[in-house]
Amino acid sequence: MSAPTTLPSARPVAHTIAETYDHRGRQAGEMPLSPSMQQFADEAERLPTDELILNMGPSHPAMHGTVRCVLRVDGETIKDADVQIGYLHRGFEKESEAATYTQIFPYVDRLNYVSPMLNNVGFAMAVEKLLGITAQIPERAEYIRVIVGELARVADHLTCLSAAISELGGLTVFFWGNRAREHVWELLEDVSGARMTHSYCRIGGVAWDLTRDFDEKCRGKIAKIRGLVVDIRKLVERNRIFLDRMEGVGCISAHDAISYGFTGPCLRACGVAYDVRKDHPYSVYDHFDFDVPIADGGDNLARYLVRIEEMEQSLRIVEQALVQIPPGAVIVDDPLIALPAKREVYNSIEGMIAHFKHIMDGLVVPAGEAYSFTEGGNGELGFYIVADGTGRPYKNRCRPPCFYITAALRQMILGANLADVVPIFGSINMIGGECDR
Amino acid sequence: MTESSASYVPTLLQDAVNWAQKYSLFTYPFATACCAMEFMSTMGPRYDIARFGAEFPRFSPRQADLLIVIGTITERQAPVLRRVYDQMPDPKWVMAFGVCASTGGFYQNYTVTPGADQVIPVDVYVPGCPPRPEQVLDGLMTLQRRIQEHRGNCQQDIGNTAAIGYTDRRKLPVLQDGTSMTLLPDERLPQDGRVR
Amino acid sequence: MAQRVLEFLQRERPLALAETGSHVGDEIAVVHREHLVEVLTLLRDHEQMRMNMLSDLTVVDYLGQTPRFEVVYQLYSIPHKHRLRVKVLVDETPGECWVPTATGLWYAANWAEREAWDLYGVRFEGHPDLRRILMYEEFVGHPLRKDYPQNGRQPLIRRPDAPPTDDQTTRLMPDSHDRRVS
Repeated sequence: MSAPTTLPSARPVAHTIAETYDHRGRQAGEMPLSPSMQQFADEAERLPTDELILNMGPSHPAMHGTVRCVLRVDGETIKDADVQIGYLHRGFEKESEAATYTQIFPYVDRLNYVSPMLNNVGFAMAVEKLLGITAQIPERAEYIRVIVGELARVADHLTCLSAAISELGGLTVFFWGNRAREHVWELLEDVSGARMTHSYCRIGGVAWDLTRDFDEKCRGKIAKIRGLVVDIRKLVERNRIFLDRMEGVGCISAHDAISYGFTGPCLRACGVAYDVRKDHPYSVYDHFDFDVPIADGGDNLARYLVRIEEMEQSLRIVEQALVQIPPGAVIVDDPLIALPAKREVYNSIEGMIAHFKHIMDGLVVPAGEAYSFTEGGNGELGFYIVADGTGRPYKNRCRPPCFYITAALRQMILGANLADVVPIFGSINMIGGECDR
Repeated sequence: MTESSASYVPTLLQDAVNWAQKYSLFTYPFATACCAMEFMSTMGPRYDIARFGAEFPRFSPRQADLLIVIGTITERQAPVLRRVYDQMPDPKWVMAFGVCASTGGFYQNYTVTPGADQVIPVDVYVPGCPPRPEQVLDGLMTLQRRIQEHRGNCQQDIGNTAAIGYTDRRKLPVLQDGTSMTLLPDERLPQDGRVR
Repeated sequence: MAQRVLEFLQRERPLALAETGSHVGDEIAVVHREHLVEVLTLLRDHEQMRMNMLSDLTVVDYLGQTPRFEVVYQLYSIPHKHRLRVKVLVDETPGECWVPTATGLWYAANWAEREAWDLYGVRFEGHPDLRRILMYEEFVGHPLRKDYPQNGRQPLIRRPDAPPTDDQTTRLMPDSHDRRVS
């Protein structure tokens, strides 16, 4: 029996990362420099540096919105930032004051233009609150609003994620996300006639009914969208580069988030459970069984996870709505609020007069004011409407969720690297049309 | 088409150059508003703009030759657009994508510039709110036909092609701070010497 | 729905309230300007109120009335889920067209007050950085006021032969039914 051979012992492994640094602050494995090069490196460390004022101008590759960041950087670290918005201020409120309530729908579409149906629904609900007809909207119309609204939310999150990840360099996700969004847009184009900016809602319901084959088409598309989302997740969620760039980057605490007026996925990514659909259920949202995803951490990764999961929940809602949707009218039956049917307009004097007055003067909303809020793509989308008894609003204020989120952008990028500005800006989903109105 | 002062004699070489230019447009997507979503779709896998050779967005104007003005131009954004246009080297073309960039769209208020052609010369106007990707591709093909025929651009009218002198550039609006490239070189910097 | 908020305010700060009411389910409290910060602080910090979110801040211009402007705060409480609309009436004369800032209470007030100043011209005393946010610095006037013309463009960049301030859109015929242009 031979004596047991002892293997040469391996080098002792350091227990902490700090132990791998030598006394000069260099990590083990770094090539030692020759004395002259070392002297050069030492002198470079003692050079005076200046801070640089860098302009991330209003025209930049980030595909979300047109915003200007004037950054003061020290090397790669951001010392100060001035976020300037307003490059897409299109005068939504001023235009609304000159337009009838139905004419405002196209303007409202172009607020959060990646999820236009949610804006349509929000504005319609605000006017209906003023009119007092919230309870009289036909149930089929409510279900249709929910279906198209949740599809729009899916499109919103798909756009946000595909743009954000493509800005990190993952261009494949951009193409897959676009393909999935095309599915949504095809459905909405069948229903409303336009791929984006549908103007499909009307005060009191929706403009017209769903198409006959919407149900089966929708189910087919939902399956395809789910497949593409699964593919995107597989590509991205275990990717070292993605995790390193998103985890721990752009953190904001829950207290700060609430104080800034965050709502929506960005707030839920900080751990605060506030979703208008659950806390103040409107329309028919209380008929559905869906969860609201909450993440901890308030960083980019949390926002990404919340959005991915919300897409799945939105598709769940759409599936349930397709089953539960009742037959019936799609707009309220009041001739003072809804346009009469075309056969009445062409064949009877009363219909023609009603149509004329409706188009020319708009539907008359009694004087008063209301603030109505719904869950938009970015959070609590509110409309504060002051009516003066005519067919045009006196004031039509949109409470833009991403305006308040972009206000916190400065805090989120201070101290971060220059290269982190783009992922942070991408993950907050600032939509220029909504932020600047 | 107004008459330009220089005559243009097509040669086989010029045709070849035009062919190469039209099928390898490097775009600068000056994206502001909702039309950017349709632009993303046009670049996407379904309405592939790469079939037309224009898939490469160059995010530096120095490297681009087609400036696509995507979305509403507000008064605040107009000088930025002008500056980006000025930084592009010749030959360059401009496509107004969407009705807001063409004429201001249905916005008629204190903040929207009624069309990108208030500040830069536009070659192709693609209407739509937002235009369908097929419409955009149609506009791109129209532009490509014009490039091939070297009728390409109002650039020629104002003298912006490399072959023609640039004295007619002065018909364009200029930035008030004096840094506009449409001024003659000795007028370009402001008189007090400070460049903003 | 938030009737308890109004009752609370009427109990705790009756002198600060000018008026309370409710319309289509929204509770509204009109507050005197000198008590505004006190009322907002109370609403934010009291444990029965806990209005930790400033949902919205805007101004309504009632041209022709005195006081002309109404600064409207929409407050929301995430723990208690109640809302309140707080209003302050402000006149347009330059010495009176101001409101104390709420930036010490909510970070959201920073940008919201800048926007209200930019578009309506109501100053917020104590704001750290009151400058324009949606319009550019060279813009003269406050565009969302009712007496500012809808088409009053002030182009930063214009053709050399164009006048400095001009709306270059076509004027509509006098009795056209299309929208009003001033």
